[in-house]
Amino acid sequence: MKAYALAIALGAFAFAASPAVAQQQSIVVASTTSTQDSGLFGHILPLFKTASGIDVKVVAQGTGQALETGRRGDADVVFVHAKPQEEKFVADGYGVKRFNVMYNDFVLIGPKSDPAKVRGGKDIIAALKSVQASAAPFVSRGDKSGTHSAELALWKAAGLDPASAKAPWYREIGQGMGAALNTSGAMGAYVLSDRATWLSFKNKDALELLVEGDARLFNQYGIILVNPARHPSVKVTAGQAFIDWIISKPGQDSINGYKINGAQLFFANADNAAR
Amino acid sequence: MQDKRTDKNAAPQPLLRLCNASLRYGVVDVLQDVCLEISAGGPVILMGPNGSGKTSLLKLMMGLAAPSSGDVDCARSQVSFVFQKSVMLRRSVAANVAFALQAAGLPANDKAVRAALDRVGLSHLAQRPARRLSGGEQQRLALARALSRNPAILFLDEPTASLDPAQTKAVEDIVQASAAMGVKIVMSTHDIGQARRLGSEVLFLAHGRLVERAPAASFFNKPESPEAQRFLAGELVISQEALS
Amino acid sequence: MDETSAFQLILSGDPQLLAIVKLSLAVTLAATLIAGVLGLSLGACLALTQFPGRQGLVIALNALMGLPPVVVGLLVFLALSRSGPLGFLGLLFTPQAMIIAQTILITPIIAALSRQVIEDFWAEYKDEFTAMDVPGAMRVRALLWDARFSLVTILLAGFGRAAAEVGAVMIVGGNIEGFTRVMTTSIALETSKGDLPLAISLGIILIAIMFCVNALAWGVRQWSVRHAG
Repeated sequence: MKAYALAIALGAFAFAASPAVAQQQSIVVASTTSTQDSGLFGHILPLFKTASGIDVKVVAQGTGQALETGRRGDADVVFVHAKPQEEKFVADGYGVKRFNVMYNDFVLIGPKSDPAKVRGGKDIIAALKSVQASAAPFVSRGDKSGTHSAELALWKAAGLDPASAKAPWYREIGQGMGAALNTSGAMGAYVLSDRATWLSFKNKDALELLVEGDARLFNQYGIILVNPARHPSVKVTAGQAFIDWIISKPGQDSINGYKINGAQLFFANADNAAR
Repeated sequence: MQDKRTDKNAAPQPLLRLCNASLRYGVVDVLQDVCLEISAGGPVILMGPNGSGKTSLLKLMMGLAAPSSGDVDCARSQVSFVFQKSVMLRRSVAANVAFALQAAGLPANDKAVRAALDRVGLSHLAQRPARRLSGGEQQRLALARALSRNPAILFLDEPTASLDPAQTKAVEDIVQASAAMGVKIVMSTHDIGQARRLGSEVLFLAHGRLVERAPAASFFNKPESPEAQRFLAGELVISQEALS
Repeated sequence: MDETSAFQLILSGDPQLLAIVKLSLAVTLAATLIAGVLGLSLGACLALTQFPGRQGLVIALNALMGLPPVVVGLLVFLALSRSGPLGFLGLLFTPQAMIIAQTILITPIIAALSRQVIEDFWAEYKDEFTAMDVPGAMRVRALLWDARFSLVTILLAGFGRAAAEVGAVMIVGGNIEGFTRVMTTSIALETSKGDLPLAISLGIILIAIMFCVNALAWGVRQWSVRHAG
């Protein structure tokens, strides 16, 4: 019986041991896989921590799920990239105010063999039409993420709807950007990716960047404080401090300063950054 | 208590009484209308062919089985039981005895444990895992556990059935010593030699009925019931169920 | 990072990796301890008592052994979310949430398996205990103690399942770096970043840890079998 009591005590202790960490000032930011997988947070968060003493805990999800996390009140700040969804989030009263933070762009990745012959093109719409015409496999995130919304918008602009048509070459995998790239590499498929994830992705083997530079591939990131009126648990001061910092000059500079092999991944464009 | 049991002059109060006790499993009558009183005195040996109901009667007397009809009157706290194949707890020999003492609400200190083990000659194996003991040693440990409760009656169900002669002798010595200390022994056996060596009184069972009860000397010299006569003559006594 | 990097990290005592390993062990050990107490009590209760509906409970418990981690994760997520019934606790995306999810995941396993073991022991000990007049609480303790080797194996099975689990802790922990990131979620993350060599070496480390834990338990068991039978 002593062992029994000991087990209970130990379990309770282990359970209670970690809040020590939780009690220091920290916020939860629901963000996207692209910002985490690309290593951006690993670069900028230590700088913010030094400046403010605030710990930022990032939960990396697709944009759709990240916004849902915010709607449920499980995050203090959302940092995502699907402007129409973000504006609806604020309009519905879940967020306080949306700020532009930075942008990068989407790129079309595909197999080196390039069966749809789109390599070097600057017109993403034409490229997607070629992919459709060649019936080469195309991997879609299928997870309501920012990249997924952008991809669907591009198909729509091309006058095509492979998702509804259930085209056999169009494969929705319902996973994050990295998983989508892994899958594309394995099946020799085309895939739309954000540039940051692609640059930091390590399993490129059979894949290649084929189409880039179209204005329609622009990818804007925004940041929103979750509305404390809906969720009193939101840490307003610390959350707003993070937003203020990331759109301030030091925050914007740190974003611009993040590079992989000399290539800049994100371009800061907060509205007041010029100040 | 010890004094009371050894006092030969006291009027023998029954330690145990069965009145028209029957035991039925489904449609099979295992025991029928057994009437019996057991009082202090020498060892009672329960004999009878296989399937005659010896184990069932012991379990009934001990309270391990409830009678289907009739009454069993016995103080549970004053009896102990040693099975044909005793279950050893997965711990040391000493811990097995300590467990029995604790279960009986007795102090389970080293002294009491040692005394119980001395009684069965197992002190030198006190720290040995009980399950590593030989069959004979296990039965002796079972006896130590059973006797540590200071029982008025000790029931034994063919305790030497699977033991060699040396081990059997060791168990019999302990049984005899306990009887001499005033513990009432009620023991079943299929071994006529053992019954002669230990018994002062014999209960003979056949077909689930108590057919004969006699002092050991007269039972072995001149059994009254035909079943007992045939049993002692070495004939096969086959149960009615098996014949029908 | 090249192929050997995870091993180099662990050999050089990389603090981040060590923190991840430590958190994995802490979360899973805590869950195993809590689930052990709950599961063994429930298992012993079911093995030793008779009540109406017991059979149904046993079947349900056996079925719950196959509980999908993702479902557990989702249920715990919904309960602990700020919008859920336990949201006021503020436990979502914390190690405690992960402990809760793993506890829920493995308690049925420990309860169902220990019920079987204790029931088998009870069948063997029943007559002897009745003859010895062993009181109820003492019976339970003696059965748990005598079945300890089998029960430890069951706890290890629970530990293994909790340690190997990724779906539930990903959902309720959020895989937050330095806070709720454990071995399995790290592996999932590195895989999604396309760093397969790092992912696989993390996997090998996880397997090595499981091997060590089991070897240790085996050693303890051998030792005590020799000393206590």
